[in-house]
Amino acid sequence: MDTKIVFIKDTNTKLDTTRDFYAHFLNLLRENALEDKVQVVRIADIGIYDQGLVVKFPDENIIYANVQDKDLKDIIAQTIKEGKVIKELLFKAQPKQLRIVLRNCGEIDPENIDEYIAQDGYQALAKVVSDYKPEQVIEELKKSGLRGRGGAGFPTWLKWKLTRETPEAQKYVICNADEGDPGAYMDRGVLEGDPHSVIEGLILAGYAIGASKGYFYVRAEYPLAVERVEKALKQAYDYGFLGKNILGSNFSFDIDIRLGAGAFVCGEETALIASIEGRRGTPRPRPPYPSVKGLWDKPTAINNVETLANIGPIILKGGSWYASIGTEKSKGTKVFALTGKVKNSGLVEVPMGITLREIVFDIGGGMLSDKGIKAIQTGGPSGGVIPKEYLDTPVDYENLQKLGSIMGSGGMIVMDEDDCMVDIAKFYLGFCVDESCGKCVPCRIGGYQMLSLLNKITESQGKIEDLDKLKRIALAMQKASLCALGQTAANPVVSTIKYFEEEYRDHIVNKKCRSHKCKHLLNYNVIQDKCKRCRVCVINCPVNAISGDKEAGFFVDPKTCIRCGKCFEVCKFNAIAKE
Amino acid sequence: MIKAKINNLPVEVQEGESILDAAKKAQIKIPTLCKHPDLPAGAGCGLCIVRIKGTPKMLRACCTPLEEGMEITTHDPEIVAVRRTVLELILSNHPNDCLQCGRNNNCELQTLVADFGIREESFQKFLPDVAKDDSTRTIVLDAQKCIRCGRCVKVCQEMQNVWALSFLERGFCTRISPAGDIKLADSPCIRCGQCSNHCPTGAIVEQDETARVWELLQNQDKYCVVQIAPAVRVAIGEAFGYPIGTNLTKKLYALLRRLGFKAVFDTNFGADVTIMEEGSEFIQRFLHGKGTLPLITSCCPGWVDFMEKFHPDMVDHFSSCKSPHEIVGVLSKTYYANKKNIDPKNIAVVSIMPCTAKKNEIIRCEEMYASGCQDVDVALTTRELARMIKQAGIDFVNLPDEDPDHLLGDYTGAGVIFGATGGVMEAALRTAYFLLNGKNMQKVELNQIRGLEGVKVAEIPINGKKIRVAVAHGLNHVEYVLDKVREAEKNGEEMPYHFIEVMACLGGCVGGGGQPYGVTDELRTKRAAGIYQDDQGSKLRCSHENPFVQQLYKEFLGKPLGEKSEHLLHTHYQARPVYAK
Repeated sequence: MDTKIVFIKDTNTKLDTTRDFYAHFLNLLRENALEDKVQVVRIADIGIYDQGLVVKFPDENIIYANVQDKDLKDIIAQTIKEGKVIKELLFKAQPKQLRIVLRNCGEIDPENIDEYIAQDGYQALAKVVSDYKPEQVIEELKKSGLRGRGGAGFPTWLKWKLTRETPEAQKYVICNADEGDPGAYMDRGVLEGDPHSVIEGLILAGYAIGASKGYFYVRAEYPLAVERVEKALKQAYDYGFLGKNILGSNFSFDIDIRLGAGAFVCGEETALIASIEGRRGTPRPRPPYPSVKGLWDKPTAINNVETLANIGPIILKGGSWYASIGTEKSKGTKVFALTGKVKNSGLVEVPMGITLREIVFDIGGGMLSDKGIKAIQTGGPSGGVIPKEYLDTPVDYENLQKLGSIMGSGGMIVMDEDDCMVDIAKFYLGFCVDESCGKCVPCRIGGYQMLSLLNKITESQGKIEDLDKLKRIALAMQKASLCALGQTAANPVVSTIKYFEEEYRDHIVNKKCRSHKCKHLLNYNVIQDKCKRCRVCVINCPVNAISGDKEAGFFVDPKTCIRCGKCFEVCKFNAIAKE
Repeated sequence: MIKAKINNLPVEVQEGESILDAAKKAQIKIPTLCKHPDLPAGAGCGLCIVRIKGTPKMLRACCTPLEEGMEITTHDPEIVAVRRTVLELILSNHPNDCLQCGRNNNCELQTLVADFGIREESFQKFLPDVAKDDSTRTIVLDAQKCIRCGRCVKVCQEMQNVWALSFLERGFCTRISPAGDIKLADSPCIRCGQCSNHCPTGAIVEQDETARVWELLQNQDKYCVVQIAPAVRVAIGEAFGYPIGTNLTKKLYALLRRLGFKAVFDTNFGADVTIMEEGSEFIQRFLHGKGTLPLITSCCPGWVDFMEKFHPDMVDHFSSCKSPHEIVGVLSKTYYANKKNIDPKNIAVVSIMPCTAKKNEIIRCEEMYASGCQDVDVALTTRELARMIKQAGIDFVNLPDEDPDHLLGDYTGAGVIFGATGGVMEAALRTAYFLLNGKNMQKVELNQIRGLEGVKVAEIPINGKKIRVAVAHGLNHVEYVLDKVREAEKNGEEMPYHFIEVMACLGGCVGGGGQPYGVTDELRTKRAAGIYQDDQGSKLRCSHENPFVQQLYKEFLGKPLGEKSEHLLHTHYQARPVYAK
């Protein structure tokens, strides 16, 4: 047995009892002659807050919360020696979450099909191939109100119906797992944690639209997801869930994997199709939509990973059950990748209609620092920022759009007063400029021009008319770009200007970045009262911008200074001011 | 039929027609820089956006089909403002050297910028650092001027099936280039020039050789002769405000003399000679079984290049006869030089061609030097000639009509129809009929093989035999015909055709890559009509009737496919690598 690593941490910030607990743990290990086999590590942050003593087995991803000294015996006897999970101690997902898509993630062994089957896996498929006509599957989906989780929120039943109704013998279904938003990993979580749920959804989609072939388009940067999907597919074939005459029915269906080479735009459905066909991954005009002319010009339904993971439960529990969750127009749940300045970051699945405040404060455990919340960014590079005034907005497709952002695929980044809105806009726009396919003018040149304007503004070269230029180009991008990447690439800029125009003006007119993020707008000065004349800053300055003598004091020459922050870092007396 | 409203005016169009085309019925020309009537919509520029009632988005007119009941607005302040911004964005990525540009005064981008009254540069200029590629010495690719509309890529890949041009890199760095970032000369490029003909800006233009011609004309030691190709005469007028398709043959003769050429010949004469050779070749193969059938025409250098690179298994099918202007070239430096007692080394032959590939053909292989020196010295395109006329300040419109110089200048109707698709075949059949029957056809027009359909097939009964022919133009139509031949060969069946004509460019030479810009099917049809009119007005309409051709054989060549003909008028073909390195 290799050395097993165990992390421990007292997540109650006020009273840290880790030390005693650690000693106790070690004693018990010694008594069990396990001291050489188990290494207990006290770590500074475990990503969980206010849950008492937390014990985590990182290899198995077992997390016990609110552990008492008395529980340690059981942990050693059962988990360390036997490898068993003690259910009562498990860290429980936050109560406001509702897990449909993530129902099995972290609960079952993703590489073991039997465990998936034990959780009612492939029951929906069995039910459908024996009792349902394809139209009935679509009808059930219509009842459920499920909308595409890839971002645009197109009703899934309608997409399937249109594909089904296009008269053509050969049809295809594709699972779009080309997740690429920075900071988002919902699809990855599902594919790595519960690949069979997506495969079952894809087979059901094939059945409903009358396709005999499906593709997984997975980005190659997700090697574990690819490996797990490959394994899961093999298992599904072995069990007769894929291949000829599935479960003894007349329905035959095959699935292949295609790896994406990492272009963000290949998540756009027509570019994705081009990529599978071996062509340059650029979008083409729609119509015709893929439901009419898709892969190899055949009717094709393309669905996102999360959408497909919802299908099984909807079939098993019924469309009306699903429709009972959520808001009037947005049904069911949505998975978000909650990150940023929030205590509990990670994948969360919540019913539609929950407020942003509930997500951040109840599920996310509130802000990481004592700096107040400033805004929430949703929808990744296609989305926008939502300022704190709108925290009580119920989350659904329409509301987020009204606020100038989008649901997107589910990125959610919490920002505090240390985050500069111009810098955020620049980051997201920079991503889209890098990822533009280059096919059409508004996106290819518009994005580049906007980015260069933002660079000017954050480098103290901005002019007030640049704001109008930004707005003008943004409008052209939104109205005249061919695909959603270009149409939405300006959103982060538009929404930050909408809510934080003052901050832009501050950068441009006063040459100030109030969040101290834009280094060209910073000024370093020596606070003479605090300065001990030790000359450490003078010695460390890489460009000799600090001069003076012990009598007159030391001064930073703003013209020479390159704003590297070295003086600020090395001063032991906090005598360097950053403003 | 689809009924909808454009700017509140009711319109009715066929199902599938785009909003861009439908708008023309409401007297609206929606601006675009990437859509070309020859090509499917590429949706590259974003200028053609319109508003459709009921959707918050603006949609692209070029690729959105009109649907029943749609209500479309093609212009309002916001639409115009967005188009203006898009145009300014294009400008920010395009050099400002209009005055030195090959498309100055004739540039779609320049025109739109003028129309939109853009008077200042709102956005910072970012120009790609890319060098010009003039490696082919026929067309020059200046990627800095490229607006990435994708027309050339579509032309090269879809219309011509050559795949020399493609997009490299992505995002802001996207650029056109041969795949693998190699030189155009090392790529599969066949120099057809269709990319230059479809480019909206000056990113791809012909290699300008007018200066060389001026030098030759100035050189006192040189005896400069010139010839004009059939398709030039019906297109040059477009540069001088004539209605499309006007036949200006006789003005061109006068013009060329005034430019300083000592003898003015006509490629149509060479076409008549080609028919004598190629027609005899056909009879040899068809009647006497000497050589492979079907016989495939070889007067189009783009097609020859394409075949040698992509279909070398067809080498034996090719007519070994040179193209008409090479024939005039070699005869100028042998037959004519003899007669006039001029040292061939002092003769300079300039060919005025509708074609960029001809610039490459003149140095194609050793047979292009059959006279002992390079048979044709310079090949100019129609566009270059138009510029020379303007440089010389000649009032082209008011020139008198003149006749060509004898020996190599007089032609029959069969010679002139070489300029349109199907023309070579029609001319050859007129003479083949005579060779087989001993008399001329009663009706020489073969309407079955005229027109713009991509592949035309016909069965011509001659003397109890049926000659099956196929005519293809636009290289994407060739494979279909060749595959039929291969299939029959493989299965040991009778050949589907006896005779195949191929022209690389859509419409044949009238739609050539060196012709005036703005080619469309309408232009091709009108230019072709000008050519057929010339044929119809000719007294002699069969090549074998040309008295000067008869004199040529009598006094110099002997007989078609004779020893001298073979030496001077024929060439060879060989497989060539698709990529040079």
